[in-house]
Amino acid sequence: MSMHKRLLPVLSLLLGLVIATPASAETRPNVVTSFSILADFVRQVGGDKVSVTSLVGPDSDVHVYTPTPHDAKDVGAAQLLIVNGLGLEGWLPRLQQASGSKAPIVVATQGITPRKRGSDADPHAWQSVGNAMVYVRNIRDALVAADPADAVVVKANAARYLAELDALDREVRAEIEKIPAERRKVISTHDAFGYFAEAYGIQFIAPLGVSTETEPSARDVAEIIAQVRKARIPAVFLENFNDDRLVGRIAAETGARIGGTLYSDALSEEKGPVPTYIAMVRHNIRALTSALVR
Amino acid sequence: MLREVLIAPFSDFEFMRRALAAVVALSLGSGPIGVFLMLRRMSLVGDAMAHAILPGAAIGFLLSGLNLFAMTTGGMIAGFAVALLSGLVSRSTGLKEDASLATFYLASLAIGVTIVSVKGTNIDLLHVLFGNILAMDDPTLLMVASNATITLVVLAVIYRPLVVESVDPLFLRTVSRAGAPAHLIFLGLIVVNLVNGFQALGTLLAVGLMILPAGIARFWSRDITPMICIAVSAAIVSGYVGLVLSFQTRIPSGPAIILVASLLYLGSVLFGRVGGVLPQLFPGRHLEA
Repeated sequence: MSMHKRLLPVLSLLLGLVIATPASAETRPNVVTSFSILADFVRQVGGDKVSVTSLVGPDSDVHVYTPTPHDAKDVGAAQLLIVNGLGLEGWLPRLQQASGSKAPIVVATQGITPRKRGSDADPHAWQSVGNAMVYVRNIRDALVAADPADAVVVKANAARYLAELDALDREVRAEIEKIPAERRKVISTHDAFGYFAEAYGIQFIAPLGVSTETEPSARDVAEIIAQVRKARIPAVFLENFNDDRLVGRIAAETGARIGGTLYSDALSEEKGPVPTYIAMVRHNIRALTSALVR
Repeated sequence: MLREVLIAPFSDFEFMRRALAAVVALSLGSGPIGVFLMLRRMSLVGDAMAHAILPGAAIGFLLSGLNLFAMTTGGMIAGFAVALLSGLVSRSTGLKEDASLATFYLASLAIGVTIVSVKGTNIDLLHVLFGNILAMDDPTLLMVASNATITLVVLAVIYRPLVVESVDPLFLRTVSRAGAPAHLIFLGLIVVNLVNGFQALGTLLAVGLMILPAGIARFWSRDITPMICIAVSAAIVSGYVGLVLSFQTRIPSGPAIILVASLLYLGSVLFGRVGGVLPQLFPGRHLEA
């Protein structure tokens, strides 16, 4: 009997643990983000205090995404919606309406001066690490507002992550310093690196008169070749050309190097080459320097 | 001036020279095949085949991801299966070749779409498989050239039974058993040419340079040998003029070449010596009764 009496507090303590664990999980705010890079920011800042779902998953293109009923369910269950803004998520208002969600929407690019691309804003602001730090501060404030109980942890996470991003920014600049100034240009069909180009001084030259959607004419290819030869562009990043043999031909005829893959709009899966934002920036800068440094 | 328009594109840019070489090789192989297809009323087989290869390409994709070799091999196997099965069915039953081919290619396409959807990917697999004439690297160029060589040699071997069978199959059946094997070998040639053509040059060019020149040749000769020569020449001329056109006007190369071939066809329909519209309306004086 006495044995039981001594065990009782221990048992109740264990029982308390068993009950407490799921209870604390339920209070974790359910955050839904529009695409994988935002989800990574939220994960870094929120840590285990939030649960994060990304509507557009890893390796998927947010530009061509169409919402599914399952996504509406996710949005309906969210306490907080974090989006990029600047026109990236045109489908969001309808999705939120369909889901009946009352969750507040936080625009992560709040406070960033958008670059203009034609008459529209260029949404790819995260490609400059300085902007990413603005994203992170906005996300920190939103998480603190949504769940004041965890404010201390969230703020500490954010401070640590911001310091990492700051170091990353300096690292990128140091890498670019290694490239001779006259070689800091590539020809690329990517339209996502406007902010990157502006922040770090690498020119991304679009190939003339080519859209990646249509088949290029012989004249288009000839003009790209002439352009690369004339401007002495040292590397071509044309991986979203529909035929990489064509890129090979252009490189062979101009003597330019073929650059590797640049990640712009989505992270990869956990086991892929760029599971986090920091990994993505490092990957891109390595791809650029290895093609441009002599 | 003329030199600038007609020769400079090729002397200035290597990719243009390679494109021209590819189009000449393709013409040599596809021209004769197209003529036989036309004589056997199988001209639409090319388009059917473009769809029929989907399940093979999809299985290749499932097994090894976006691997061009695996997907091409798979496509080729699927193409062979469809061609052989439809050939066997039309030989052993009363169903005509075109009808049985249509059935098999639709079934094949359905299987392909199902396999792709199981994987849940929305990559356009066939798009990955289809190449571009401006992108001739060494392996692709070699493949197109060896394709043409093999086609010409094999056609030379099965030429007699194939010709007789195209014109008078009943007669061939009474004198020889070579008809069925010749037909199956011919179907195989079509599949190899088309699948490699798709991979190297895209559907439009692979099918177009097979069928249109044969149509053109039909209006200028009644005999098979001259018909084949005319078809090959028409294909080469379309290829050259089309490339120049694409260089000077920004029309994509594949469509440009096929547009030129279509214009040649239109001219042949109107003015062709054999059954053309105008010669029929205004028979020459030499046809006196």
